[in-house]
Amino acid sequence: MDKQQEAQQSDARPVLEGPDIARVLTRIAHEIVERAKGADDVVLLGIPTRGVFLAQRLGVKLEQITERKIPVGSLDITMYRDDLRMHPPRALARTEIPGDGLDGRLVVLVDDVLFSGRTIRAALDALNDLGRPRAVQLAVLVDRGHRELPIRADYVGKNLPTSLRETVKVQLAEEDGRDTVLLGAKRSARGAQQ
Amino acid sequence: MQRHLISAADLTRDDAVLILDTAEEMARVADRPIKKLPTLRGRTVVNLFFEDSTRTRISFEAAEKRLSADVINFSAKGSSVSKGESLKDTAQTLEAMGVDAVVIRHGASGAPYRLANSGWIDAAVINAGDGTHQHPTQALLDAFTMRRRLVGRDAGIGQDLAGKRITIVGDILHGRVARSNVDLLHTLGAEVTLVAPPTLLPIGVETWPCEVSYDLDSTLPKSDAVMMLRVQRERMNAAFFPTEREYSRRYGLDGDRMAKMPEHAIVMHPGPMVRGMEITAEVADSERCTAIEQVANGVSTRMAVLYLLLGGNEPAVAHPSPTTTLATRRSAPASEFRTEEK
Amino acid sequence: MSKILIRGAKVLGGEPQDVLINGSAIEAVGQGLSDEGAEVVEAGGKVLLSGLVDLHTHLREPGREDSETVLTGTRAAASGGYTAVFAMANTFPVADTAGVVEQVYRLGQEHGYCDVQPIGAVTVGLEGKKLAELGAMHESAAGVTVFSDDGKCVDDAVIMRRALEYVKAFGGVVAQHAQEPRLTEGAQMNEGVVSAELGLGGWPAVAEESIIARDVLLAEHVGSRVHICHLSTAGSVEIVRWAKSRGIDVTAEVTPHHLLLTDELVRSYNPVYKVNPPLRTERDVLALREALADGTIDIVATDHAPHPHEDKDCEWAAAAMGMVGLETALSVVQETMVDTGLLTWAGVADRMSVKPAQIGQAKGHGRPVSAGEPANLTLVDTEYRGSVDPAGFASRSRNTPYEGRELPGRVTHTWLRGKATLVDGNLA
Repeated sequence: MDKQQEAQQSDARPVLEGPDIARVLTRIAHEIVERAKGADDVVLLGIPTRGVFLAQRLGVKLEQITERKIPVGSLDITMYRDDLRMHPPRALARTEIPGDGLDGRLVVLVDDVLFSGRTIRAALDALNDLGRPRAVQLAVLVDRGHRELPIRADYVGKNLPTSLRETVKVQLAEEDGRDTVLLGAKRSARGAQQ
Repeated sequence: MQRHLISAADLTRDDAVLILDTAEEMARVADRPIKKLPTLRGRTVVNLFFEDSTRTRISFEAAEKRLSADVINFSAKGSSVSKGESLKDTAQTLEAMGVDAVVIRHGASGAPYRLANSGWIDAAVINAGDGTHQHPTQALLDAFTMRRRLVGRDAGIGQDLAGKRITIVGDILHGRVARSNVDLLHTLGAEVTLVAPPTLLPIGVETWPCEVSYDLDSTLPKSDAVMMLRVQRERMNAAFFPTEREYSRRYGLDGDRMAKMPEHAIVMHPGPMVRGMEITAEVADSERCTAIEQVANGVSTRMAVLYLLLGGNEPAVAHPSPTTTLATRRSAPASEFRTEEK
Repeated sequence: MSKILIRGAKVLGGEPQDVLINGSAIEAVGQGLSDEGAEVVEAGGKVLLSGLVDLHTHLREPGREDSETVLTGTRAAASGGYTAVFAMANTFPVADTAGVVEQVYRLGQEHGYCDVQPIGAVTVGLEGKKLAELGAMHESAAGVTVFSDDGKCVDDAVIMRRALEYVKAFGGVVAQHAQEPRLTEGAQMNEGVVSAELGLGGWPAVAEESIIARDVLLAEHVGSRVHICHLSTAGSVEIVRWAKSRGIDVTAEVTPHHLLLTDELVRSYNPVYKVNPPLRTERDVLALREALADGTIDIVATDHAPHPHEDKDCEWAAAAMGMVGLETALSVVQETMVDTGLLTWAGVADRMSVKPAQIGQAKGHGRPVSAGEPANLTLVDTEYRGSVDPAGFASRSRNTPYEGRELPGRVTHTWLRGKATLVDGNLA
């Protein structure tokens, strides 16, 4: 990380801290159980990288609430992106579909930030090739607005009105060593900012 | 930056590991109900085969189709090529039809290199076997198979083949598979031993980054994988070995020899196998033989190569100097020399 | 008669002198010469050599006029400082009869850029089976004295023996293209480290050396002389050195490209480096230079082998073998032999003019630069350095391995029997 990036990151201000994130996930878990009437057929699919960790955490919370095993998997959308031709090819992440598959289940996609909606569109395309869920829902930690496609989230941890000049960076303990959501000025290090 | 895959020697360790890791993800597509990805939608790939090789061609074709590329198969037999049209004209004709990549199989060593470096065409060139030179995707699928079996499917991600002992047995002289494998396995940190009768080893093999042995039996106990290469019966007529029987006695792999290998060691074969020549049916059909797996892995590996070369706006696999081969990496002999060196 | 006064030329690289040409002959050589009516050429320290003689040129006419003709080939020769070239027999039809050799000879005389001395085929159709009418070719207007199946080896030991014996009757010489055919089936390049990596069929040194060894022994046995074309390996040098020490009447040539280039260049798969015999290793190159310096190898011959663009603009295996060489030979020899201190300019004149003329019996060529001798001369600007631009070639073909390479030396003037064929680098 060069000096400029560091400086920009230090400008970033936290909008959610560790305890907030835990609380938000607990709420989302309860909402899922409520809307899915017990979450009997729920499958959680996280979108790499951080969506996978959020899905795993949600899965744990759902299991605590329902006292049942909740299938959790991951869905890499790289090969379905609509901007492939605009960048060098990206390394692929793992797609892991839980053993019983997706057919007839309620799939809840989990991602860290909802922004343009293009990632979710790619995820819906990918799902299409993997099975036929009963329904698909979307859970995100942060919805920062600026949708470019007619996509909305079913479960939102925090609505965060942002300017296009700002960046939202989610950090999770599993990947980054701590839990936080940072709102900062545009163009610092690439990665999980959206 | 080039957009071609001509020689296994052009791949760095990181390139090769990225391809293998990507292939591991591609392999999972084969387990899905819909074995298809939209990644190369709208891209056109031509399989330009100047030599018959149904296996390699359908493997590439399956990989291209699974990535949703438009595929044109061009077989030189019965085409204008057999009437004297040159490689250059053929390639330019195809490119005029809007081809993004050319997968080329050619009997002349260096033909893919020429195609990629002569300014004849702009399309990406993937070498699907040229003469007795290189067959890089075969080496990649072999390395992929070794990593899965010897390191592990998940444990292998991000890993190379450091310290693995690989023995390659058979016709090294006429074999592009052996050349590619020596280059790639060396890059991946494996220790390679070539075993063949001296007649089937090229002059100059002593400069390759591998060991050479004429004795199979002493090599087997020290092998994690033994790769048997096809030996064409016709070689007998050119005095490369006296008889088929003598060849298989000295260099063929049978059940007794396989028993000398460590328990975890695997037997590999790029196919097509000549049963009774370099490999007995007992070995070919055993659990330890990965020949069929290699075919399946070929599709995943070629998907990975196609994705990494064509999936973005520029390739993810970097190329060093196009002429880099195994010897130039170790030392750089002067290609000509001037007065002051005299 | 026209007179030309060349002022201040380093004759064979010596102290500057003046040379006066009167008509077709040299009238005087000395300091401070003057002649009122003479056209003056200020040499300004350039080196004056006897006109170069190439014992190994492919002019391609008749049959492959798309790659070279006698006219374009002799213009290329004049540009390179040559006053006589020996035209190889592998034309279509093959130069295996008096008719074909006379035609080539006459074309050379008509164009007037350079004497063309045809080489006759040893065997009918270069097929190695039946002796061609060597005597008839010798007695023709072309007066053939050198016979070669170049491009193919006279590999049958009996045919070779008979040819060596037969030409003794009229003082001819057989020039052998030494290549054992069975050892070079499918050969694409030098067999060694590079061929092993590139997967190109190997052309082993032993395929050349075994034929040379056989032929020097045959020459000794029948008491004839033999000339070895384009010797390319360190082992061949050893054999020729041994044969000469035994008193065997053998002469040998080396090409400029074998003095400079190695098989490492083949890594580019660029067929411009495809040639027969193939480019060898650094060790071979150094041995060839040393052998040319010490006289084991007698002469430099170009093996000028023009090919049309399409025969090189293809994959390696499909490409034709050969390189053009007439217009770059002297520069390569300066680079590899003179600038390295291995050979003086007098030595260059010996290896590129005197000896080839002797071997081929080219009358009036390779003579000393002195009064009374024919005015076959070439003037070289040895201080020049420039990169090779094939677009400027007089040859019809452009298949040079030196494109873009900086080489020293430039021929500025060539005189054929007193007539300028090249003036200030421009063909007359």
